[in-house]
Amino acid sequence: MIHLKTPIDVSRLKELTVGDKVLISGTIYTARDQAHMRLIEDENPAFDLEGSVIYYVGPTPARPGQVIGSSGPTSAYRMDSLATPLMKRGVKIMIGKGNRSEAFRKSMVENNAIYMIATGGAGALLSSKIKSSKVLMYEDLGTEAIYELVVDEFPCFVAYDLHGNQIFKGGTS
Amino acid sequence: MREISLDEVTRIVKESLIKINYELDNSLVTMLKKAKDKEKSELSKSILDDILTNQELARQGNSPLCQDTGVAVVFAEIGQDVYYNGPLDEAINRGVRQAYDEGYLRKSVVKHPFDRQNTQDNTPAILHTKVIPGDKLILKIASKGAGSENMSKVVMLTPNAGIEGVKKLVLDTVFDAGGRPCPPIIVGIGIGGNFEKSALIAKEAILRDLNDESSDPIIRNLERELYDEINRLGVGPMGVGGETTCLAVKINTYPMHIASLPVAINIQCHSARHIEVTL
Ligand code: SF4
Repeated sequence: MIHLKTPIDVSRLKELTVGDKVLISGTIYTARDQAHMRLIEDENPAFDLEGSVIYYVGPTPARPGQVIGSSGPTSAYRMDSLATPLMKRGVKIMIGKGNRSEAFRKSMVENNAIYMIATGGAGALLSSKIKSSKVLMYEDLGTEAIYELVVDEFPCFVAYDLHGNQIFKGGTS
Repeated sequence: MREISLDEVTRIVKESLIKINYELDNSLVTMLKKAKDKEKSELSKSILDDILTNQELARQGNSPLCQDTGVAVVFAEIGQDVYYNGPLDEAINRGVRQAYDEGYLRKSVVKHPFDRQNTQDNTPAILHTKVIPGDKLILKIASKGAGSENMSKVVMLTPNAGIEGVKKLVLDTVFDAGGRPCPPIIVGIGIGGNFEKSALIAKEAILRDLNDESSDPIIRNLERELYDEINRLGVGPMGVGGETTCLAVKINTYPMHIASLPVAINIQCHSARHIEVTL
């Protein structure tokens, strides 16, 4: 079990290999398709992208008394062509589910970043690791807005590492 | 003529959608437990463990099973001796609206393919109707997420492709989907009819009881063979490799044109949320 704190210290990413279970603690940011498109064009985002962690998720609405609703990962491949500009600006870890394109994997290695997966369809479990949540940017996007999440030991698995390995059996890119 | 109250229809739709999004079907839970015991690697075991813990937490009622609470799909089998005091489709959509609101479910429907404006209430439901004899109304209600739906397809094979052609198509589709549809999956297959009919019966196939098998011996055999062969692909939980890629294979068939062999493959993730209610 490996523990990582945000912002991510790049030197630690080399230690990681596919299949490693990683527990992330600190502040992470959500973004899906629409938020990516806006963030790419946004010169003054409300958070520092350097060393940041992006979680591909669109939660359900929070019930009264809950921090957030169900919050599991969405399919990462939809963000493949949108990820590079953000990695160039410092994003170091992306969390989603499922296979991604070969072009993404290469760009990820070049930019010293890592792709991790969280268990898909485990939104109730994953939301229990989220300690606070607020909408940070693009509120009009609703569930697709960028949320700032404070997480404690958020469980992920390394899917693509910096040594060129990938975890998946099957799946075309 | 028997009158069925539309308020009752609305209430059933609402309560069913909320229930299925918080409580995973018990026979599915049993299958997932067996799958976990079969896994050899720590990684795939731990993913199935997450899925099992998740459904326990969701059952407590604070958070739905999955954040993708899907599009509401309703198959309404309408007895021809039933009378409604108003439009049935509106009563169903009212139930959807209330469920997604009061159940704190995510509204994931956009109005237009290109402007992508959210309808804000998860309507309209995808409604399929069928007229049946008698005075009952049977509602098959599902919440279908996009992750697995996006990995589904319809292919028009030619008759000489035969059983082998169908098998290859199914195996390739499941392998190429990899981890994206959240395996372990349930594979619904529609063979026959025409272009749209094959898709419809494939969707109905994933709504079948998890433990039933086709009554047609050739099809039953194909369901069993595909179940084994899909699991031998080794895609495994969330695509990370493992013993269980699918929990079940369900095939429905329909007569077709002499020159056609339509095949639809509808993939259902492990978060299989559906229920059948008779009024
Ligand atoms: S594929 Fe199913 S389990 Fe996975 S995120 Fe979508 S709805 Fe949830």
